Amino acid sequence: MMKAAVIRFPGSNCDQDCHYVLTKEFGIEAEYVWHKEASVEQFDLIVLPGGFSYGDYLRCGAIARYSPVMRSVAAEAERGKLVVGICNGFQILCEARLLPGALIRNRSLHFVCEHVYARLENMETAFTHSEVAKADGKLLTARTGLLLHMPIAHGEGSYTADAETLRDLNRNGQVVLRYADSRGAITDAANPNGSAENIAGIVNGRGNVFGLMPHPERACDPLLGSEDGKLIFQSVIESASKKMKSSSGPIGKRQT
Amino acid sequence: MTVMPKRSVLDPQGVAVRDAMRHHGLPEVKSVRVGKFMEIEVEGANEDALHEICRDLLSNPVIEDYELRIQ
Repeated sequence: MMKAAVIRFPGSNCDQDCHYVLTKEFGIEAEYVWHKEASVEQFDLIVLPGGFSYGDYLRCGAIARYSPVMRSVAAEAERGKLVVGICNGFQILCEARLLPGALIRNRSLHFVCEHVYARLENMETAFTHSEVAKADGKLLTARTGLLLHMPIAHGEGSYTADAETLRDLNRNGQVVLRYADSRGAITDAANPNGSAENIAGIVNGRGNVFGLMPHPERACDPLLGSEDGKLIFQSVIESASKKMKSSSGPIGKRQT
Repeated sequence: MTVMPKRSVLDPQGVAVRDAMRHHGLPEVKSVRVGKFMEIEVEGANEDALHEICRDLLSNPVIEDYELRIQ
């Protein structure tokens, strides 16, 4: 059975939400992993949850990046394992250079806490390809759910990168989510934090590391106002279990 | 050690401080950028190691430049 790691740093505060969604909504095994652990090798999926690791001292994610567990996260990412960083997790992945660019202070200087629409820009990533049945019986697919309604809650979520990096991200389909208005238009008014090109989520060049500022774990239950986050969890769980099967197949077909 | 946001990176804090200064009777102020100053006490560390940590931990070269002065 596939097993997910939810990394806990001092100051993580969305760890329980992520664990709940993985275990209760999707029925997979998930374990909390304290940041001082040396290895996450035994896990098939690694989640870096939101929060304020190390009180956001120095820069968001800057100190967490040097936690012992991050060396193993980087090694597993290098081996192709799936890694998702949400909010502070996204900041940590950027600080760790597992994703390009950086997240800086919101343009408004205000902490923003609201539901936003994020438009799916790439429906073929390991994190966005699946279809999910919603509670009302409707099917949510990357295509029908072109706009995901999810909450954001951050003070430093303004994505920034140099022109060359932005060009590469666009060219390689690495921009996965962009802030949009309720009709899907990418406008400055719909940009809650001043992110370059309304970027809300990106993947690395290999497509196995995903960082996003919106909180899909807070959008997996109709009681919370949205189930759109399920699309992301469903996709990543399916992708991780596919990877497991292909790597535990007969010798000779084993992927390295 | 000083850390400053790169010229190419938006510094919303600097913009807010600039606007406040203009409203407080100094319309001449053109721009403000807000950085950090860190005082670090060390004994016998070599300079290369200090630069390495300035680059890798104390600043983020994607968005910031640093200057290290040793005295």
